[in-house]
Amino acid sequence: MLFTTLKRTIHAGLVSFWRNGWLSMATIMVMALTLFVMGSLLFVNALMNSVITSLEQKIDITVYFMPGATDDQMLAVKQDVEKLPDVKAVTFVSRDAALAVFQEAHKDNALIASALQEVGENPLEASINIRATDPRHYAAISDFLVNKKYPIVEKINYFENQTVIDRLSSILASVRGGGALIALFLAFIAVLVAFNTIRIAIFTMREEISIMRLVGATSWFVRGPFLVNGVLYGVVAAVATVLAFLPITWLIAPKLLLLVPSFDLYHYFAANFLQFFGLLAAFGVILGSLSSVFAVRRYLKV
Amino acid sequence: MLFFDDVSKIYSHDAIALKNINLRIEPKEFVSLVGASGAGKTTLLRLLLREEDPSGGHVYLDGIDITSIPRRRLHHVRRRIGTVFQDYKLLPMKTAYENVAFAMEAAGRLDEEIQEDVPQALDVVGLGDKMKNYPHQLSGGEKQRVAIARALVNRPDVILADELTGNLDPVNTWEIMKLLQKINELGTTILLASHNKEVVNAIGKRLVVLDHGEIISDEQNGKYLL
Repeated sequence: MLFTTLKRTIHAGLVSFWRNGWLSMATIMVMALTLFVMGSLLFVNALMNSVITSLEQKIDITVYFMPGATDDQMLAVKQDVEKLPDVKAVTFVSRDAALAVFQEAHKDNALIASALQEVGENPLEASINIRATDPRHYAAISDFLVNKKYPIVEKINYFENQTVIDRLSSILASVRGGGALIALFLAFIAVLVAFNTIRIAIFTMREEISIMRLVGATSWFVRGPFLVNGVLYGVVAAVATVLAFLPITWLIAPKLLLLVPSFDLYHYFAANFLQFFGLLAAFGVILGSLSSVFAVRRYLKV
Repeated sequence: MLFFDDVSKIYSHDAIALKNINLRIEPKEFVSLVGASGAGKTTLLRLLLREEDPSGGHVYLDGIDITSIPRRRLHHVRRRIGTVFQDYKLLPMKTAYENVAFAMEAAGRLDEEIQEDVPQALDVVGLGDKMKNYPHQLSGGEKQRVAIARALVNRPDVILADELTGNLDPVNTWEIMKLLQKINELGTTILLASHNKEVVNAIGKRLVVLDHGEIISDEQNGKYLL
């Protein structure tokens, strides 16, 4: 019996979806617009993350050692820093490596090359380069190093760049928080529009709903096909949305790359296509079915 | 058996639809409920379907108090009552066949039964050749026949007919009335609400006259003269 009811419900939902073609089409279009907004918010989120990550990667602090520091002493400091929970990576740069990098960076500058030759020996100091999990943790890491009072530490460049690092950290935090708020607000508006569209679609069928009740249908027998319709709206709208995103991301990606070289929109979309479709379809199905169930409930009280 | 036990329906102090109605209808009876517009005929039928709740009193169908059944279980009662409305109330996006089949599907009947009974019901009302037509492709009389087929397909105990000839021409009116009489002869109780004197007088069965929410006359083979 359950199987028969389920079969009839799905059949009735499909038939109603097809026969109310224009109504279904209009509802799907609004739903697709909602999913488009949600999808765009996902893209913006990925873009923001890429920009923030690339900015964060540019922030680090360097600890310079005294000229006489031994490798063991310097490695001991490195190991201490690595044990800190807020530290993402620590790179040791020896004097020779520092010189090689310096020379490579200034290989076209004859003046610097001749100055180095005049000095005769390597004037650069060994150092460790520290990357934190979050730029806000650099102050604590620097404090740790200062409090430890390592005799071989000559200088920590955090204190020179403190203002810039703090300001950048604060901007990134604001962008994250503000972006999330705007995304939530837009998502709420989009959901409200889709929900109301489905309510209107079902409002046009209120007479049919009461007829069904009067001829002896249970609430769920009436509700079932509308639920199927809601699911179909969600799935078809999700398909339409990802199909629309394919050419749009392909067209926008090259222009966006000029602004944000670290983010290839089309590549990101193609790489995450299935997750993207799954997320939009799941959202569409939940939105469509819940809206339908809520909208029908009102007219079932016959 | 249908029994209205001291039933009242009051919308407000100056809008009293029914006053202390006591009415007993035996199985297989054909009862015409007559009266002017606003007399309370439709309200009485709506109470029987629990489209509305009475302000006082109880309505019984075979001893079951319809007024106290929880709304979520009302479908059990409604499946025992076939209803035909003046405005047909067909599902516009379903064919004649599907409209009739819907009542059976809603009642949980098997596919085989539906495939057998729906064409039979449509044959009984003379629409065997229009099963695939949608309501908008049917005339008023044909729509009313589909509604009758839908009402009788689940073999209900009672058929309620609310002004069912109100939108029909005289020829269709008489054909529909003959159909109702035939259904009654086969054992279904009929409760017909109408203000059409000619029709109810021609039927010549039990006649209950309502006026301003009260029963002013109830007699077998009565004549409606007002």
